[in-house]
Amino acid sequence: MDTKVINGTEYEVVYSRPDSLTAKPFTYCPGCNHGTTHKIIAEVIDELGIKHRCIGMAAVGCSVFSYEFFDFDFISVPHGRALATATGVKRVRPNAVLLSYQGDGDLAAIGTAETIHACNRGESITCIFVNNAIYGMTGGQMAPTTLLGMKTTTSPLGRDAKRIGWPIKVSEMLSQLPGAAYIARVSMHDAKHILKAKAAIKKAFRAQLENRGFSMVEVLSNCNVNWRMEPSDAVKFVETEMVKDFPLGVYKDCWAEEKAAAGKADKEGAE
Amino acid sequence: MSDERVFMKGNHAVCEGAYRAGCKAYFGYPITPQNETTEYMSAHIWEHGGVFIQSESEIAAINMVMGASAAGFRAMTSSSSPGISLKQEGISYIAMMELPMLVMNVVRCGSGLGNIAPHQGDYFQATRGGGHGDYRMITLAPNSVQEMAQFAYDGLALADKWRNPAMILTDGTIGQMMEPVDFSPMPWMEAPDKSEWRLDEFQEGRERHVLSSIYLDPADMAVAHEKLIAKYERLTAEEVRYTDFMADDAEVLVVAIGSPSRVVRSAVRQLRADGHKVGLFRPITVWPYPYEQIREYAKNKHVKAIVVAEMNWGQMVEDVKLAVLEEKPIHFIAKHGGLTFTPDDLTEPILQILKNPENPSTLWDAVRS
Repeated sequence: MDTKVINGTEYEVVYSRPDSLTAKPFTYCPGCNHGTTHKIIAEVIDELGIKHRCIGMAAVGCSVFSYEFFDFDFISVPHGRALATATGVKRVRPNAVLLSYQGDGDLAAIGTAETIHACNRGESITCIFVNNAIYGMTGGQMAPTTLLGMKTTTSPLGRDAKRIGWPIKVSEMLSQLPGAAYIARVSMHDAKHILKAKAAIKKAFRAQLENRGFSMVEVLSNCNVNWRMEPSDAVKFVETEMVKDFPLGVYKDCWAEEKAAAGKADKEGAE
Repeated sequence: MSDERVFMKGNHAVCEGAYRAGCKAYFGYPITPQNETTEYMSAHIWEHGGVFIQSESEIAAINMVMGASAAGFRAMTSSSSPGISLKQEGISYIAMMELPMLVMNVVRCGSGLGNIAPHQGDYFQATRGGGHGDYRMITLAPNSVQEMAQFAYDGLALADKWRNPAMILTDGTIGQMMEPVDFSPMPWMEAPDKSEWRLDEFQEGRERHVLSSIYLDPADMAVAHEKLIAKYERLTAEEVRYTDFMADDAEVLVVAIGSPSRVVRSAVRQLRADGHKVGLFRPITVWPYPYEQIREYAKNKHVKAIVVAEMNWGQMVEDVKLAVLEEKPIHFIAKHGGLTFTPDDLTEPILQILKNPENPSTLWDAVRS
């Protein structure tokens, strides 16, 4: 039992910062889900006991300073290129555990090619893809994942599919590739879903530790500041609107597929 | 491959030089005229405990190199002009994070798609950094298959010595031609220990390592810049390389790099046979550039003029101008479009310059005004 003495009284420690996070306070906007997402990743890394093997990719966007918050080796990479850099690291250090933390502009616009090909090569890398449907860091421009009709600084009349296409569905796309081991879409809109997100992230790292191939968890997040909403309304928007375009669920699960294939083989064998 | 003399193509020799320097990672994308390097790497780097990926783009390749280098391994990529343009973003980050790596540019004729013939139009890009920001790359310019191997070997070592990206700036002729290579000056070596800064899976009991090029506070960025600049100044003082040929008593000194420097050597021989005092000065590092050495030559009383021969519209001639200043007249002889020099292209104008060191038809200041 962990205890701590404060003013002469001994208290039981029931909650503390994960070991895989530094002491630096988060600099994310109030109501943003980056902080919680960082925390559950760090908890997963602690629980798996892999902190000293982890190497992180800090992509460009709001999470550009993620290397200040995670307490293991990190490199800050060019916009969209995180999975290429991670590939370079992983190929020469196959025993390292790679975390690529990217936003929607980074992963699904400028880094589309790097994302698809890292997945298609089956790189054993875990990607956390934070989808908040907007470019947050640069001030609220339209993202590849912006919902139809959503107003941003570069779609002031609302996103119009005829002009600029539809919100891109990365999890659905990548799940079609044989190199994908585990692909899931989760949401951060309430405690129950945050716990589910954490379970998915753990599976994603497990896929990497078992060398199964590429793993990605798409995390639906909010950007209340650039969405011009109250934080509580932004969370509600994720829950009621975003999930319609981005249905939650597991899109690829190498273990489930393996089990299904084994079951089928058993059945065929019995016949 | 054994360490004896081997008859090889330039683009293959570069791989053998890299293996001997302990290169453990190569990432590349097909583009002519450098495909032989990517192909040779795909077949042989495994034999040396290395890894290879044919990437989805030159952009991905340079970022993979960034990763392998950050992880502490000697790594390289190669490409040709349009592909090197795509790599510039990554090179800029690599330079700012002070990561060692080697990139080869087998220059073809641009701009745009251009053609696949030899050219030297990427001189500015190579010697001025190339990507955004204020950085420099150690840039070696080979003119033989032997030097392709040697400079891959030296380039990887220099990159580690200075924690700086290095480039081999070559051209289609040198990449494609075959010559004997002697590997005896390239004993097998391993990369130095980089455990002080590399990213790895052995973090227990040490401070974490962070590699970043972000300095949000301009005051911090200024400190980082000053550190880089101090390194570049030391590098400039220590690493300049050049060679010359029949230059000691030359009245006309021709400055050239890469495949044109070989044609210059033929022209010098021809002119010397007819009793004309002509010589060649060949920079081997084009960054850092041998300004001082060229200036020393230019100051010689017997030197009447300096000639620069390049397969472009005049790029290195600007560095020669910075070296020579107003000391002696500077002439420029060009080849464009991917065409290559013949000795006659050089002997005729050089004879005119010997007669009249201010001959306006090739005088750089006249050409430029």
